[in-house]
Formats: sequence, structure tokens, C-alpha cells
Amino acid sequence: MSLIRMSSPHVYKTNTTANVMRLVLLATLPGIIAMTVFFGWGTLIQLVWAGALAVAFEAIILKIRRRPLGFYLSDGSALVTALLLAVAIPPFAPWWVTAVGIFVAIVIAKHLYGGLGQNPFNPAMVAYALLLISFPVEMTRWSAPFVLNGEGWPVASFFDTLGAIFGSVDSVWYDSFTGATPLDELRHRGGLTNEEAWRQSVVLSEGIGAWHAVSAAWLMGGIFLLYRKIITWHAPISMLLALAICSAMFYGYDPDNYAGPFFHLSTGATMLAAFFIITDPVSSATSNRGRIIFGAGIGVLIFIIRTWGNYPDGVAFAVLLMNLAAPFIDIYSQPRSYGHSKANKGQGGKA
Amino acid sequence: MGKVFAFHGGIHPPENKKQSTRTPIRDMPLPKVLYIPLQQHIGIAASPVVNIGDRVLKGQMIAEPVGRISAALHAPTSGIIRSIGPHPVPHASGLDSDCICIETDGKEEWVEHHGLEDYTRLEPGTLIEHIRQCGVAGMGGAGFPTDVKLHLGDNHIVNTLVINAAECEPYITADDMMMRERADEILGGIKVISHLLKPSHIMIGIEDNKPQAIHALEAALKGCELNIDIRVVPTKYPSGGERQLIKLLTGIEVPSGRIPADIGIVCQNIGTTAAIYRAVHFGEPLISRVVTVTGDAVAQPQNLNVLIGTPFADLLDASGVYENKLYRLVMGGPMMGVTVEHDQIPVIKTTNCIIAASTDEMPPAPPEQPCIRCGMCEQVCPAELLPQQLYWFAKGREFDKAKNHNLFDCIECGACAYVCPSSIPLVQYYRFAKSEIRTEETEQRKADHARERFEARQARLEREQAEKEARRKARAEEAARAQQARKTASETPVAETGSAAAVTAAPVDVKALKTAAAVARTKLKKARTALKNAEDKGLDGIDTLRITVTTLEQKADAADQAYKDAEASTVPEQAAAPAVDLKTLKQQVSIMRTKIKKAETALAELDGEARAQAEQDLSTLRQRHEEADKAFKAAEQAQIDAAAAQGVDLKKLKIDAAMARAAVTKLERSLAKTEEDEARAALEAELAIARAKADTLNNTLKQHEPA
Repeated sequence: MSLIRMSSPHVYKTNTTANVMRLVLLATLPGIIAMTVFFGWGTLIQLVWAGALAVAFEAIILKIRRRPLGFYLSDGSALVTALLLAVAIPPFAPWWVTAVGIFVAIVIAKHLYGGLGQNPFNPAMVAYALLLISFPVEMTRWSAPFVLNGEGWPVASFFDTLGAIFGSVDSVWYDSFTGATPLDELRHRGGLTNEEAWRQSVVLSEGIGAWHAVSAAWLMGGIFLLYRKIITWHAPISMLLALAICSAMFYGYDPDNYAGPFFHLSTGATMLAAFFIITDPVSSATSNRGRIIFGAGIGVLIFIIRTWGNYPDGVAFAVLLMNLAAPFIDIYSQPRSYGHSKANKGQGGKA
Repeated sequence: MGKVFAFHGGIHPPENKKQSTRTPIRDMPLPKVLYIPLQQHIGIAASPVVNIGDRVLKGQMIAEPVGRISAALHAPTSGIIRSIGPHPVPHASGLDSDCICIETDGKEEWVEHHGLEDYTRLEPGTLIEHIRQCGVAGMGGAGFPTDVKLHLGDNHIVNTLVINAAECEPYITADDMMMRERADEILGGIKVISHLLKPSHIMIGIEDNKPQAIHALEAALKGCELNIDIRVVPTKYPSGGERQLIKLLTGIEVPSGRIPADIGIVCQNIGTTAAIYRAVHFGEPLISRVVTVTGDAVAQPQNLNVLIGTPFADLLDASGVYENKLYRLVMGGPMMGVTVEHDQIPVIKTTNCIIAASTDEMPPAPPEQPCIRCGMCEQVCPAELLPQQLYWFAKGREFDKAKNHNLFDCIECGACAYVCPSSIPLVQYYRFAKSEIRTEETEQRKADHARERFEARQARLEREQAEKEARRKARAEEAARAQQARKTASETPVAETGSAAAVTAAPVDVKALKTAAAVARTKLKKARTALKNAEDKGLDGIDTLRITVTTLEQKADAADQAYKDAEASTVPEQAAAPAVDLKTLKQQVSIMRTKIKKAETALAELDGEARAQAEQDLSTLRQRHEEADKAFKAAEQAQIDAAAAQGVDLKKLKIDAAMARAAVTKLERSLAKTEEDEARAALEAELAIARAKADTLNNTLKQHEPA
């Protein structure tokens, strides 16, 4: 009788990395739909373009690294990275901006560090930060929500958008479909108080609903992930709480000069970051306690960068900074194990 | 029903328990051959008390426990001992181990056995010894000898007895069926344990997926005077882990590295309680158990009452195995069981389940993917560890960090590997790290031991060196002092201490010579062996070797000769040994004389009774003095006689020596006065002759008389 010898356990949950990635992709659907509805076809085009590039780059680099192509491509992690970058960059960003971004994310931020599971930084955020610093014009040309463009659904047509991304169009054309984001408006309001800025800016008074809706869509996806236990609540909740508490404190102290917690939570990339970016397991802290610290740090940093920094939104920088701190957090946030009166701290040994 | 607490993590794998609970427990047909492993648990293997060819009766002891943690073995049925030797056993290592093989005779003839009449009136020690003699061991996990756990009451205060009926592993239903059918026996066993440990509280922990078993237990408990609680816990793996169940039932955690008894809790498996019952009430040793035979590859999943030692093949046959479907044979549950490769492996006391799995049921693990640090393992870890950190540390051989992350609190339940989306065999990594650390520690201990020994040796050598040095210094100082003394007493040029030093030095020389001789002999032997070897193999340089051997032969002979000479020359010196006695005797005599004188003086001043007493004392003293004097004189005479026997007149010798010395002195004086060269030369020649004569005489004298 020929029987095999195996180490226990002998049964496994049918739950693969590819499955996890598929569920993450599924959870982004509401956000993608909302972005397409409010900001036009750009997001979808970027998604397809970024996805194709990501798979291509991943395949090439796997080939160079002599790794089995099918095995690694099927885990879907490249697609998730591409998706996160595609929804983060402006819908009208030129094709080469996306290409550079994907190259940086997949080749440099991921594979040069050793591939899946080895990268210390969130690849999409590395790419985003690099693009933001290198191409400020292209990266700040955000589309205006359709509600500001007139009656009906007056977004740029699919082919116009395609042309804007892959060809070249007049800068005048851009002007008619792009505009400042609420965070930009608030950042560059001069000496105006919140109330004055609100009254003066169309984006703030009329268009902000689009960002609220998109944020709500991301939140829905996040709740789905929480429900399916793909992510834990620790990092998202602590990040949102930290951001809310910081903004509430300053808003309470000086409501004229500081935006309120609701504004912070429902604009920019807050919700996207909370549920899809900082929950990237590879580059975040690993223990539950660690994730709480990690998330809170990001929340505080986002508020600081938005309020006093040079950039209107600070998610990418906040995430990267906390990525740096993640290993350190891990060392000091071990849980208390069964039968131990307190948690161990530090590395132990000679480290 | 009391409060149930919760433990961290846990998983809900498919239960697969229904298949094997459809029919009641069935008795197995008697197998032809039984293999009973001598070691079925940690601790020391039992020692066989039967010989090959013996006929044994059912229940007869065939191996006795050795040491404290060891369990007796009994013949599960009557038959003939066929062999005692290595046979495949159910162990993760897959190695063979010693088994007693019994060929059954089908008669089922019982050895004479009887239960204890009233165990409550017995000494606890006697009762526990009875249980030990019945070979009862834990039937849930590690097969720990039960008597050791029952002794816990001696040095621990046991306030809670936990009966583990959780049976949290999928597939296994042996305990479930036992509870359904033999609740009375279980209760009887609990009563015995309770009598021994006297806990204030007894809790039976059982998962809520066994309603019939719970019902049966409740029915059996009716009217029971003991404080027994049935605590139904939610179905979650691994709630049957000892530490997890204790947390569930009491909310208390067993401290890391300690045993439950340290916090006043003793845990017993439900199957063990039934075994205790049968041992105490019927005197039946543990020779059979209930085993679940299940899996897709058997036609009739069921629970069987199986004799210990029955090969798995018989169980599979009894359940209708599909040979072509059978892919993996697991002993135990799917989470922690071990695979067996051989169907002749026997059932042991801890075999609760055999899963004959098909490929679909337990497919080979998918290829390992990179860890994405998702942390799902952490969410399910019942020991609240960071499994993925441990994985990284194990992979990177950073064992110090792994230990710091409490690797040794891992119970290897497999929950982390079960949920891992990257299909990483995490438990294997931990086993690897643990064994590496254990090996490292053993080696460290060995190295420490060796170092300590080396240091001790070094210290001893240094001390010896220092002592030698001190002795040498003392000798040198003494010699210097003697030199000084000789200078001051230059008129009487007698070499006094020099020869004394020579005497003490002589034995050392003899010893050194002996060693030298031995070394030379050894060298010679080695050289001879080398030569022989070289001759046999026709190696180069035989000539050189031959020359070496001859040289060594000569050397060895010379060394031997030197040693023998030295030994012979020391013999007369040894004859001088009684001379020391003579000196002491002389001293004693003079001491006594003084004492007598003192006593006489004291006597003159005394009167009355004291005087009489003193007189008595004095007479004793005198008597002793006389004796001592006599002994002294006899010794002196003996010495003179001895000298005379050698043809030397000691007295004459003494006189001659004195005269020779005087002559030397005289010559020296006249030499000092004389100024003419010629006369001086003549005198010097005379002096040299006189000195030589005096020295010879002195030396001779010294040989016969102590210095």
C-alpha cells in the first residue's frame, strides 16, 4: 500500500491569495462606478490602461527574475496595485504618467525589493508620490464633477477622454472639464475664512457632493471587505478616528480656519486610503495592536499634511512615512500571548 | 450551567462527524496478530516481562512500567508471544519501535482479575497503584500515564477537575459515542478521580455539536451527589486543547511553561475516566478502546471497540476500505493527526481516530506562495501568538527572536496553516524552529559542560604547579639555611641537610624513572604497531621505522634498567625508616622523665587523698617511663645489632668519624698558620685525604644512624 506522509494539518481552507485579491477588486467596484459617474470616463480608461501595463511589467520582470509566470501572475496582486494607482491619479492624466507610475510601482517598489510580500512600501503610494513630485501639472489636473458642467450628464465623451489621455488636446479643452478639488480650494483660499471660502467657491458649495458620494462608495467597499474578513477593523477605524479627532479639536478651537471632521473624512482620498491602501498587509504593521498604531499615525499625518503641508492631500506621504515605521511598530506591539502576564517588547536576543 | 468564557482565535473547519455516528459502537472481530508498542507516550518505555513463546491470558501484564512516567502493558487477548522487536508504530517520525507481537488464539481466556471492593476505604496510594498496574494512560492526546496525574493531589491543591469531552477535531466521534453509550462508566470514573483529588468543583467541557452526548451525560448525572457541571462550549477548533478548554471553562490561563495543576486544575480525558472505572470496578486493564474509522475511502464509517495492538489494516477491512480511493491514512484528526504509511501499524492507547481519506477529501497542499502578511493566522491563533512573524523568524533562522515571540507557547494546532491564503505549511516551520532551538540548547549545554570541565582542569593544574613551586621554594630556602648553618659551623664540616634533601629527592626520582620507563615502553609498542602495519601494507619508510624501533627498544631497556636500579638503591633507605621511631622514642622517654620529675615535686606538696591519687598516677607514669625506656633501648640495640650484622661496629665507627673530623680540623688550623708554599701544598694534600676519610666515615655512619 503506497500512502503519502504529510505533516499536519491535513485540511485547508480554500482561501488563496488570488481569492483575497479578487475580493479586493470586487470591493472597489462601488468606488469605481461612483468615480466614473461623477468624473467621467477617465477613471475607467486609466484602469484598463494601468491594469494592462501592470500585467505586462509584472510578466517581464518575472521572466527576468526567472520565476514561474502563471503561478505568480494569477495571484492578482499586480492588478490591485494598478487599480489603486489608477483611481488615485487624475482621470485626465496623460498615458505616460500612468506608464511611469506603473513602472515605478511594479518594477521598482515591488520587484526590486523582492516581489510580493517583500516590499516595505506600498507600491501604489510610492508611484503616486513620485508622480506628484515629478509631474505636478499633470497630477493636479483633476476633472470637475459633472454637476458643475451643466444639465444632464455633461462629462467629456469617451473618445474625447481617450484622446485627452493618449493624444494631445488644447489646454482650453482641459479647462472646460477640469477644476480644483475641494481640498485645493480650501488650501489656496488666501485669507478667507471657511465660511467665505464656501460662499465663493462653486466646488465647495455645489460640487462637494461628488466627493461625498465617492467617499461613501469607498466606504461601502470597505464594509464589504470587513464583512468578508479580508481586512480587520483596526487600521481603518483608528485612522479615521485619529483624523476625525485631530480635525475636531482644531475645528472646535478655530472653526474659521480649520475644516471640520466631516469635511476631512469625506473628501480627498480618506476613505480610499482607510479601506484599500493602508490595509495593504505587506507594508503595514502586522499585529492588531500594531495596526491600530499604524492607522492612527497615518490619520494624524494626513491631517498635518493637509493643514500645514505643501500638498492639498497627504495620503501618499502619510502612508509612506508610516510604512517606514511599520517594522518598528511591529517590534513593540506584540500581543500578550496565552499564559503570559504581559506582552514581550523588542526583538529579543542580540537585536 | 455556568458561564463559558472565550479564547482568542480558533477556526471552524468542516466537522465531518455525522458520517461515523450513524451506528452504535461495534466490537471488532478478533484480529489474528496484535502488535503492542512498548512506548506509547513520553517518558520511559515499559519493560517486557514475558518471553517469546509464552502463552499469555487476556489481561495478563506483558510489560511493566519503568520509572515514574511509564505505563504497564497487558495482553489484549489470550495467545502466544511471537516476537519482541521493532515494528512500525504510529509516530510522526515514521520510525520503527519495539513491539510485543501476540498471535491470538481466539479463546479470549481472561487472567484472574477482580475489581476493588470499596475503593473509598483504600489508601489513596494503593488505589493509584492499582490504576497504575492496570496501565491506564491518557486517551486523548499524549497518552500521559494517568497515575502520575492522580498523584497531583499530593503536592498541589486541586480545586477544579476538568473533564475534557470537547472533541474539537473534525471527523473524530469516539468520545461522542462513548458518552452516548457509556455515560455511567464515565461518571463512575469521575467519582474515582474525584475521590483521589478531592476537587471542589468538577466541570465537563463539551462542544455544542454533541446534543445526544450532552443528554446522556445529564441523564447519568441525575441524583449524583458530586458537584458536577456540564459546560457546553461553542463548537470551535481547538476548544479541546487542554489550555484552551481551561480558559473556556474557568476564564483562567495556565501560565506559560507551567502545568494546569499549578493553578489548581487537573484535566482528564473522558475516555480515560471510563478506563479508570473499568480498572477499579472490574480490575480490567486498559486493553481496548473506541476508535473512529472514517473518511471517504471507507464504505462504512463507524466507531469500533478495538483491542490495543490491532493493525490498522484490520480496522479498515472491518469498515470496507476502497483501496483504490485511499490516498492518505491519518491517525488522529485532520488538524493534528499524523499520516501513516503502513497499514500494519497498530492501534495504541491514544488512537482515537483513523481517517482513510481520498484525494478529493484531503488534497495535497497547493504550492507555497509568498507570505503577504495578511495576518489571518494571527486572528485564529489560540495561543495569541504572531504566527507570521514566527514564520519569518523560522525561515530566517532568527531563533532568538522566535523565542522572544513565544514560539514555545505554540501548541501546533494548525489553525494558522488552515487559514493561510498563501498555503504556507506554517506548523512545519514552527516544528523546525523548535527542534533547531532544542538542538542548539543541547549543544550549548554540552559546550558549557565541557568548558566547565576544562576550566576546572586548568585550575587544578595551576594549583598543582603553584604547590610544586612552593615546595621547591621551601626546599631551596631550607638548603640556603643549611648552607648558612654549615658556614657558621665550619669547624665541623658535616653535610647534614644536603643528604637529607637527597633522601627526599630520591623517591621522586624513582617515580619519574618509572614514568619514563612506562612512556618508553608505550612508545616502543606504538612504533612496533606502526612497523607491523607498514610491513603488512608495504608502505615506504619501513627502514626508518625499523631503526626507530631498535632505538626505542634500547631506550626502553635503559629506562627500565635505570628504574630498577633506582628502586634497588632506595631499599636500604627504606630500612632506615625505624630510625625515625627511635628518635620519637627517645623524645617520649625524656618527656616522661620530665613528667615524673614534675609529679614528684607536686607530690611533696600534697597530702591525704589527693596524695594517694597522685602517688597512683606517679607509679603509672613511672611504669610507662620504664616501658618507653625499654622500648627505646631495645630499638637502639636493634639498630646497633643491624649495623653489626652488616659488619660495622657502630661505636667504633662513631669514634673513627670523630677522630677523622678532629684530624681535619687540626690540619685546617695548621694550614692557616703555615706560610711557606711547599709546606702549604703538602698540608693541603693531607687535608684533602683527611677530609675524604672523614666524609666517608660520616656517610657510613649516617647510613646506620639517623641524622
